[in-house]
Amino acid sequence: MAVVSLRNVGKVYPPTTKDGESVTAIDGVSLDVEAGDIYGIIGYSGAGKSTLVRLVNALEHSTSGEIWVNGQNIAALRERELRQVRLGIGMIFQQFNLLGSRTVARNVAYPLEVAGHPKEQRAARVAELLDFVGLADKAGSFPDQLSGGQKQRVGIARALATQPSILLADEATSALDPETTHEVLALLKRVNAEFGVTIIVITHEMDVIQTIATKVAVMDQGRVIERGPVFDVFSDPQQAASARFVSTVVKGVPSPDELAVLRARHSGRLVTLAFRDSAVDQTAVFGELSRAGVAFEVVYGGINEIQGRPFGHLTLALTGADPVIDTVLAHIRTLTTVTEVR
Amino acid sequence: MDALIDLLPELWTATYETLYIVALTLFFGGLGGLLIGLGLYLTRAGSILENKPLFFVLNLLVNFVRPIPFIIFLAAAQPLARAVTGSGIGNNAIIFTIALAASFAMARIVEQNLLTVTPGVIDAARSVGAGPIRIIFTVLLPEALGPLILGYTFIFVALVDMSAVAGYVGGGGLGSFSLLYGYRQFNPIVTWAAVLLIIVLVQLVQFLGNYLARKALRR
Repeated sequence: MAVVSLRNVGKVYPPTTKDGESVTAIDGVSLDVEAGDIYGIIGYSGAGKSTLVRLVNALEHSTSGEIWVNGQNIAALRERELRQVRLGIGMIFQQFNLLGSRTVARNVAYPLEVAGHPKEQRAARVAELLDFVGLADKAGSFPDQLSGGQKQRVGIARALATQPSILLADEATSALDPETTHEVLALLKRVNAEFGVTIIVITHEMDVIQTIATKVAVMDQGRVIERGPVFDVFSDPQQAASARFVSTVVKGVPSPDELAVLRARHSGRLVTLAFRDSAVDQTAVFGELSRAGVAFEVVYGGINEIQGRPFGHLTLALTGADPVIDTVLAHIRTLTTVTEVR
Repeated sequence: MDALIDLLPELWTATYETLYIVALTLFFGGLGGLLIGLGLYLTRAGSILENKPLFFVLNLLVNFVRPIPFIIFLAAAQPLARAVTGSGIGNNAIIFTIALAASFAMARIVEQNLLTVTPGVIDAARSVGAGPIRIIFTVLLPEALGPLILGYTFIFVALVDMSAVAGYVGGGGLGSFSLLYGYRQFNPIVTWAAVLLIIVLVQLVQFLGNYLARKALRR
């Protein structure tokens, strides 16, 4: 069952000046997030991804469409009713947004205070959460005494305090260094695995999607332009914008500019082979080339892995007699997609 | 010098009166400033209780009152002071008028200090289901406490300044003392004694404010 379901959702900001134009931040987005998903939403700055996630807990209000959260259309609720809904949705932020006037423990206790939990229960739950995020020894520290990674772990503990079924992560690792990013992502994975929390991750880093997401939606100019299981989108992106994101983690098909450089450097025929999962046997492909006596050189591309499944593109420069190459390529075409690049 | 020694009882009474006026105006003006400042902050565009007409009215009111020189405001607000305190002159009238003027001055300071709170922490509070009242008391005021204390320290000095004019409408205090016994009797030592006391008073409060703000900011 979809725990978050967007139906044709729009968000239009009214003009800020009298003759200004209204700004469409979200343009007819429909999206289903299933229970247990780690759903990644990727896009460049200004693509509308942060606005989209803020609609899910109604920090901002949609101007059209329906937003179903745990079976309730929150677009139809009033502010007072929304507060109840928000208790079931945790959120973490790029800048962590911890209360500087409160200790780590009291930051984590904050949602419990809001939810009206009695004091004794709060202390036990806070201890449990700080233990989970590995910061039991920092309970009495203030946020400004923590590192970025520690702050985000406090943020995660706070977001989980009321045992929400959904966690929204708005660029949660964008302010962190690569190593800390992976620590935080590993923690989010544990949150998903151990507590079954559905996570929506907003990011502009494909690496984040590759590391934790199970599904991904690519956003551009307020629209979702592509979506699907992460492996499918990574191994075979349909849209130019998606392909650009994929190319940040693994080189794919050379762009026209790059092709010109390759052309100048290599005299043979250039072909790009797609490798996807175990369906394509690299050994078999290269075996065909060797047997036919075609010399080859890998000149571009790369192979990467998502959830243990390899994928990628390799561009080869082939040297040999044209008819021989044609024959061998015909064979290889039965194994995988071959694109001759000129 | 002899004149000063003779006047010592009056000087102590005046000091006490200044403290009395400043304490009450700090309380009422501070409270009024806090309320108007919160009103400005909460109703501004994009804030949690956004309300354009109310913000416009509050903003205009503050801008209207603030530039009026206090000595003129004192005269202009006299009918109002009479209506509220029963008299247009004396300590009660001046306390009312100073508190009123200070409310508007303090409102801006409160508004500015609240604006230093990162909007993100308010998002965080909203995201866990906190309502506006809870956000004011558990997020806004605690997060802005350090700057707010410094703001109130600043307004304390302004209150001492305003209270010095009290003599014009029959109020007491160090200002009226130095005018009456120093300036008008050509006795600069008496004037300077009052000035010195005011300086000491302001310094003490500034130290206290800095200390408390440092504690709030944990620096």
